[in-house]
Amino acid sequence: MAPRGSGNAVFRWVERIGRQTVNGIEEVGSGGVMLAESLYWIIFGPRLKQPVRLHSLFAEMMEIGVRAIPIVAILAAAIGVMLAIQGIYSLRLFGAESRVTIGISFSVVREFAPLITAILVAGRSGSALAARLGTMKINQEIDALVVMGINPVRYLVAPPLVALLIMVPALTVLSNFTSLLAAGLYVRADLGISLVSYMYDVIDILGMEDVNQSMGKSLIFAVLIAIIGVVNGVSVKGGAEGVGKATTRSVVQAILAIIVTDMFFAYVTTR
Amino acid sequence: MNQPDASMDKVIEVENLVTHYGDREILKGVTMDVRANEIMVIMGGSGSGKSTLLRHLMALEHKTSGTMKILGQDIDDLNQAEFFALRKQLGVAFQGGALFSSMTVGENIMLPLREHTKLDDLTMDIMTRMKLEVVELAGFEDLKPSELSGGMIKRAAFARAVIMDPKILFCDEPSAGLDPVVASALDDLILKLREAMGMSIVVVTHELESAFKIADRITILDRGHILMIGTVDEVRHSTNPRVHNLLNRVPEKEILDPDEYLRRLTGEDGGESLVL
Repeated sequence: MAPRGSGNAVFRWVERIGRQTVNGIEEVGSGGVMLAESLYWIIFGPRLKQPVRLHSLFAEMMEIGVRAIPIVAILAAAIGVMLAIQGIYSLRLFGAESRVTIGISFSVVREFAPLITAILVAGRSGSALAARLGTMKINQEIDALVVMGINPVRYLVAPPLVALLIMVPALTVLSNFTSLLAAGLYVRADLGISLVSYMYDVIDILGMEDVNQSMGKSLIFAVLIAIIGVVNGVSVKGGAEGVGKATTRSVVQAILAIIVTDMFFAYVTTR
Repeated sequence: MNQPDASMDKVIEVENLVTHYGDREILKGVTMDVRANEIMVIMGGSGSGKSTLLRHLMALEHKTSGTMKILGQDIDDLNQAEFFALRKQLGVAFQGGALFSSMTVGENIMLPLREHTKLDDLTMDIMTRMKLEVVELAGFEDLKPSELSGGMIKRAAFARAVIMDPKILFCDEPSAGLDPVVASALDDLILKLREAMGMSIVVVTHELESAFKIADRITILDRGHILMIGTVDEVRHSTNPRVHNLLNRVPEKEILDPDEYLRRLTGEDGGESLVL
């Protein structure tokens, strides 16, 4: 590495890119370690007399899942109606608007429900996780846990990880139903197709594979949200400003990771 | 002032401890010990490495070399379970208290009990109230840390630190940011805790008055080296000019090396000498 001040601008630029790449890889690595360590504590915690407490798991599930129900429902319904409007509009060009149910069913279950749910949870809970861990770190609360003999990963990371793994798929199910129902109501109002026959169509169109895809994605998104929130939270430096930065960073990174992963998922499973 | 017998059990033994922060060497071969039932005060100017030493004594950091025994156990030889067992015998009162802001004072103090024991709620409640009585915070258990004053937060942190009846209690700058009266009351609390529970106490502070009041022995650190270890009287009567400067609050004059100075100004050096 060139000593500081001796290289020219190009060297410094290359050095910066190198440094950032290393930092990025390091972050991915520490995310992996964090995930492995959480799984370790979930499985072996009880044997080491350090179980993941059900009480804190339920508290997290309440916060991450149950309290998100209204907002997830509203978002999902809006997406459903939007898909119905756009679907009917584009299919009308071919006079095939009565087949809109196909488009709605596939897009909602395979894409929009898991995606919109994950983005919402990332914004609500991923950021909260990063902010909480960041604040705890700068207040030495994490050090305090360590010296008390309480493993911070077991105590602070495992419960939200498990809660996300349960609640993101659960919210995605809710999101699927709400979206499909809202779209159905719009289709009935616009095309006069009855809600019952719309639902029969949906059930006909969708196979187990589509539902699996929906759930599989939501599980991966849950892991991404948890790990990105945690890694950003524990790497906070520099006081309150650092916490703010980490929070923002965790939301941006989580949404980016969710959408890019979704694209790969779609590429692998749909083609 | 207590004069602990030199043959007393050592609860902490540090030999030739060398530590780095990044590339920078912080502790440059520290050898010291803490005996049973004694109050050891670690002093030194800022940047002397005293907080780093404390973090190592609490086994929060990885050392570069040297050996460290806590309660007779070499920390390099411990497996995870043994480490947890050891940690239950240590208590720490952090500088800012480090109380969990999402919990009440009572829940904070009860947390180690809840995590490490199978006691029922009533027993834990009673034990918590007992410790709150000791630190004179009875009746405050249902408040959140944000509703307490600075001195009360520190006292609550002491209560949490001693809830498991530790063998060693670590205190990081107990009087920092407090007015002299409250600070003095905390010193009394430290003495009272040792009296009542018979533990060894390691205190990091830069408050001379407080150090002289509570210490059995004082370790003075200077730029990563041990300057001296001795009783209060020995420190007071030390002829070492650097100890003298510290006691009389004379700022250290930096010896100026013109080449070094130029390198610093041009930023060509790694900044090694700048940081300390």
